[in-house]
Amino acid sequence: MEAYEKIKKTRQSGRATSVDYINGIFEEFTELHGDRRFADDHAVLAGIATLNGVPVTVIGIEKGKNIQERMERNFGCVSPEGYRKALRLMKQAEKFGRPVICIVDTQGAYAGAGAEERGAGAAIAENLYEMMTLRTPIISLMIGEGGSGGALALAVADRVWMLENAYYSVVSPEACASILYKDAGKAPEAAEHLRLMANDLYGFGIVEKVIPEPESFTDAEGTKHFFHQLRRDLSREIKHLSHMSRDTLLSERYEKYRKIGRYESDTAPTPAKARRVFFGRK
Amino acid sequence: MNQVSAAPVTEPTVLCEKCKQPISRTALIGSGYVCPLCGKYNRIPARTRIELLTDKGSFCEHNATLVGENPIGFPGYEEKIRTAREKSGEYEGVICGEAEIGGERCCIFVMESAFMMGSMGTAVGDKIALLFEYATAKKLPVIGYTVSGGARMQEGMLSLMQMAKVSGAVKHHSEAGLFYLVCLTDPTTGGVTASFAMLGDMIIAEPGALIGFAGRRVIEQVMGQKLPDEFQSAEFQMKNGFVDAIVPREEQRNFLSRMLRLHTGR
Repeated sequence: MEAYEKIKKTRQSGRATSVDYINGIFEEFTELHGDRRFADDHAVLAGIATLNGVPVTVIGIEKGKNIQERMERNFGCVSPEGYRKALRLMKQAEKFGRPVICIVDTQGAYAGAGAEERGAGAAIAENLYEMMTLRTPIISLMIGEGGSGGALALAVADRVWMLENAYYSVVSPEACASILYKDAGKAPEAAEHLRLMANDLYGFGIVEKVIPEPESFTDAEGTKHFFHQLRRDLSREIKHLSHMSRDTLLSERYEKYRKIGRYESDTAPTPAKARRVFFGRK
Repeated sequence: MNQVSAAPVTEPTVLCEKCKQPISRTALIGSGYVCPLCGKYNRIPARTRIELLTDKGSFCEHNATLVGENPIGFPGYEEKIRTAREKSGEYEGVICGEAEIGGERCCIFVMESAFMMGSMGTAVGDKIALLFEYATAKKLPVIGYTVSGGARMQEGMLSLMQMAKVSGAVKHHSEAGLFYLVCLTDPTTGGVTASFAMLGDMIIAEPGALIGFAGRRVIEQVMGQKLPDEFQSAEFQMKNGFVDAIVPREEQRNFLSRMLRLHTGR
């Protein structure tokens, strides 16, 4: 059960989190707080920085490194105000023509009563909707956990890059196993079937690049080299995307999602009921 | 809809989803699937709902035979689909098409609860995206009825991507200045709530419908406490500012036709 072993590893502390990426890749990071509606969600760490001298907007989901930080960051479970802060800063980036880099690492959106009261679904929906036509390049990095809609809300992007041991799934393997097999213990089996690892998703055209990881994120030299490479690749890609016309950028972004699960459409509309003979309703 | 079999002596009955009392099928259909005993809005087959809402004979279905595959090779998925087809009498979890409501031309999609609880896989996502693209090209408004347990697990990440795909198609429709009204019915949850269900210019709901993102049990686990009954109800969503109006079933047709009329003439 290879996938599940990887997922378990990915969930352990000791991996680089958004903070490390921000420090390792960007310069002059300035954090910007709040959604201007309700609150500042600490699960989202966002602001403005430069990448090789180019101003960019960086939005990361931060889990925290020790138990105290994790509590403060709500374990990287984003509340509606976190998604709204992200959208506010994306709109700001659009206004000033800054590319957006999202760093995604979450087991999922926060499933608390308050999150429901403040419209968790609506906040995610609005991000998907607005990101599809945001007139500036967007790159999303999936660095660890990619928990369903809560991750997608920061990953409607021109490029989605994923670390080789990261996972990105419609449902957690545990929840999938408990729903389908009535046994959360069958999570390893579900993890295998869900095809949720970086290489699977590369094959489906959902991610554009699988990023090799250092042996261990505790190895300073290897990690430094990793960030150096990633910085160079990001910088190059941002340059490439920034040179595209905005209309081309947006139509390619839409087409990328549009073609996932595309079927032949019927040429002629069918009159109602014409087909009901085929199946008898029980 | 339901074939009347020759044998039974007594009238066929069904159990109300809430009070579990047997109700005669004819009575339930006659009341628009609202339980005459407890008032619970029972689920309506998508095709019946279209008949109830649209002008007689005006509905023309789109992509009626569009079906998905087993894109990630999920074990047992074909069997699940087969069962869902037999149970619902439909090919997939949503019916799309164009129709007239009170003489106003529109596109309409209605999700089917009897098909894997309206879960959204690639075919459902594709049909709805195609409908919005068609509506954008033809400058037509869209009426949508949601009922869904969320994204369909058996199609893995391809299901999740449908949220982005459909949201993008809705955005293009909106940017063309066109009207989208969505009615949330019981239950509307997960990935559908977190995408096109919450993107209407106008969002209405049926009384008592369960509407939410995360599942109730999950939230109770996170909070370590029981949630009140009205949590995630249509009324709760309206109170919190996420639903424009709660419209009883018998008034929906008039409501839709009025709203469509108010949004023509662009």
